[in-house]
Amino acid sequence: MFDTSLTLNDVWFMLKGAGVTLAVTAFAVTGGTVLGLLFGVIRSQVRPWITLPLIFVLDIFRSVPLLIQLILANALQAIAGFQISPFVTSCIVLALYTSAYCTEIVRGAIEAVPKVTRRAARSLGMTWGQDMTQIVFPMALRVGLPSWIGLTLGVMKDSALILWLGLIELLRASQILVTRLQEPMFILLVAGAIYFALSFPIARFGAHLERRWQEND
Amino acid sequence: MFNYTFQWRQAFRALPEMLDGALVTLQIAVLSMLIGMTFAVILAVARNSASRWLRAPATAWVEVARNTPALFQIYMAHFGLGSFGIYLSPFAALLAGIAFNNAGYLSETFRGALRAIPDTQIRAGRSLGMGQAQAFRLIVMPQMLRISFLPTMNQTVWAILMTSLGVTVGMNTDLAGVTQDLNARSFRTFEFFALAAVIYYVIAKAVMLASRLAAWRMFRY
Repeated sequence: MFDTSLTLNDVWFMLKGAGVTLAVTAFAVTGGTVLGLLFGVIRSQVRPWITLPLIFVLDIFRSVPLLIQLILANALQAIAGFQISPFVTSCIVLALYTSAYCTEIVRGAIEAVPKVTRRAARSLGMTWGQDMTQIVFPMALRVGLPSWIGLTLGVMKDSALILWLGLIELLRASQILVTRLQEPMFILLVAGAIYFALSFPIARFGAHLERRWQEND
Repeated sequence: MFNYTFQWRQAFRALPEMLDGALVTLQIAVLSMLIGMTFAVILAVARNSASRWLRAPATAWVEVARNTPALFQIYMAHFGLGSFGIYLSPFAALLAGIAFNNAGYLSETFRGALRAIPDTQIRAGRSLGMGQAQAFRLIVMPQMLRISFLPTMNQTVWAILMTSLGVTVGMNTDLAGVTQDLNARSFRTFEFFALAAVIYYVIAKAVMLASRLAAWRMFRY
């Protein structure tokens, strides 16, 4: 197993793939978080029956396999003649997918802030906006951030599926190398190690935050 | 903009074929959950044990399952094992990959549930003359499964959605695989996959609803 024909160039090729993975994740999580914050605030503030269409649409993103979502979005943009690159399509689909989960996290975090605290803020003369930014946001952040970190890592792992659209991300890059070098186990282990190295420290950090913030409650 | 005629009739004609695929999807999901739950119980107990030799491999399994993509795990089973001369069929590779993944996630759920069961109950069981295994099986297990029922059902939905990854290793009998086959023959990508998406959605919602009803019925007292 140790006399491999994997060269430094090939490792560089895999790292470039990891770069694509990280780029897609960064775009998707940024877009998804902005949308998720918006939808989450709407869902926690507006009566449920008004937001029913929003709830339904976001639920679809969580109940249909991501791979099918990617294929559908890619087919739709081809049919509509948008001429969007697969990279942008993947970013858009993953951002919507992220926003669906982020909405739930944001809503849960906002609802974890006790009603009396918010009423107290309002009765001190704070506006709704002041209450949201200065009372709800700091308190909800503690509840929501660990889950958000988990979501970000989940999106990074799920972004491996964009290989179906022909993008050369980390897993696809290693698959190409496997085809050429015929050393599936070793190359996939390298790819797995890269994923693990990206995900594990952040996951541990998230668990650490969760534990620390629970202690202070 | 839409210079395209949708051919839904063609997709609906293939509906029986796709529903057969959906059955295979359910089959893989249920099998992977059963295998995953079995290993998850073992992993959860091993991670709580005092022996480092039990703890270390269990921790490694859980961390790898949780920190690498499910698709990577399926690739490992399908392509990776080829290095050792083991060639799994797409079905077996998909099942192995998802079961490995399920075991990792479920063991964390179970471990959390185990923490919620007071030690005194086990000691009470032991002092009634139960053996270690008996106390675990009769006292701890039922409560653990009860506490983790809804998270386990969530994982089942995940498993159903994950089965769609089989198509990337050449699986052609499950719902995603059948759809991809139909698509390869007709290039009606959008119509076929839209129908598949609806079927996945209905299955996921049906499982969710059934589990909520079952939980409400089972845990009334």
